[in-house]
Amino acid sequence: MNVSVLFALASTFATTAIVSVGGLASMFPEIHRQAVNVHGWMTDGEFAAAFALAQMAPGPNVLLMSLIGWRVAGGAGMLVATLATVLPTSAMALAAGRAEQALSRASYYAILRQSLPPVVVGLILASALVTGRAAIDDWLGVALAAGVGIYISVLRTNPLVPLCIAIAIGVTVRRMGF
Amino acid sequence: MQTAGVPTPFSRTTPVTKWDLFSGFVMVGMFGVGGIAASSYYVVVEKRKWLTAEEYASVIALSQVVPGANLINMTTIVSDRYQGIAGAVIGLSGLMLMPVLILIGLTAIYDQYAHLPDVRAATAAAAAGAVGLMFGTAYKLLQPVMHSPIALGMALVTFALIGFLQTPLFGTVAVVAPIAVLITIWSKRR
Repeated sequence: MNVSVLFALASTFATTAIVSVGGLASMFPEIHRQAVNVHGWMTDGEFAAAFALAQMAPGPNVLLMSLIGWRVAGGAGMLVATLATVLPTSAMALAAGRAEQALSRASYYAILRQSLPPVVVGLILASALVTGRAAIDDWLGVALAAGVGIYISVLRTNPLVPLCIAIAIGVTVRRMGF
Repeated sequence: MQTAGVPTPFSRTTPVTKWDLFSGFVMVGMFGVGGIAASSYYVVVEKRKWLTAEEYASVIALSQVVPGANLINMTTIVSDRYQGIAGAVIGLSGLMLMPVLILIGLTAIYDQYAHLPDVRAATAAAAAGAVGLMFGTAYKLLQPVMHSPIALGMALVTFALIGFLQTPLFGTVAVVAPIAVLITIWSKRR
């Protein structure tokens, strides 16, 4: 096992996770940039497949990082990528949880809570755009993404419902030979 | 950051054991199809009654300010309050156990059948759909931001930097977040 690859995985995922604001989805553009452009660990297509598989499995968004770790360096890579994403930020959450009473009285906590939402929206939008560019290469993909986005915004069901509909439509359309 | 002191207890008076935490968060992970937001609320508040709805909302708010996955942070904070650092490790392990196993299974099946046109079509559709879900999330989060032109401007600048110019996340957040904080402070003083 190439230790330098594991080290690169650990440092990439840990440093990205500690600046991910408003959830791990804001990590996706940076992880895509690192995995495809900077380190050349995978192609756009492989990234898109990993993204799809991680979304289909139940559980938190960290699964994309786990799967990239696995693709790059096997079981050890999966373990390193998952722990690097989860542990530093969990340690920060633990500290913040223990200081909650002091934090909730502190004025900077209120200011932080008011300041971050615009940054978070920008990051999630960018995340959708960057993963979209990697994962979508035809009109069908654009239509499915738009359909699912509108469906979930209007109906607010479990996300798996529109996802399954999209998969059914995608397979059917291909079979019809478009 | 302060780490002093012991975790503040929740209002619940009966103990939550390490096994409770493990089995509860295994359920959260296993039933978290399409994201664990719904399953974590169901298990933590409704089924196991570890937290009241108000306590849950305040822990989630705190989890969102801390970097990283919101619900992983929530798991850490809740487990730590009941069973300390060991509890946090156990809660997180429980949360990740089933999703990682299912992911490994799914990926193994995918690798076996990736050459089939139907599987390729399904994967492409799932990826496109997941992109749509992210746009849906962004749309939901955009609503409160729309009311302020400054906030909307900050959102668009962040979007353009990461989405189009592909600037590194670390540097972008290090520049954009302090500016957002300064704008909030400045708009309060007026």
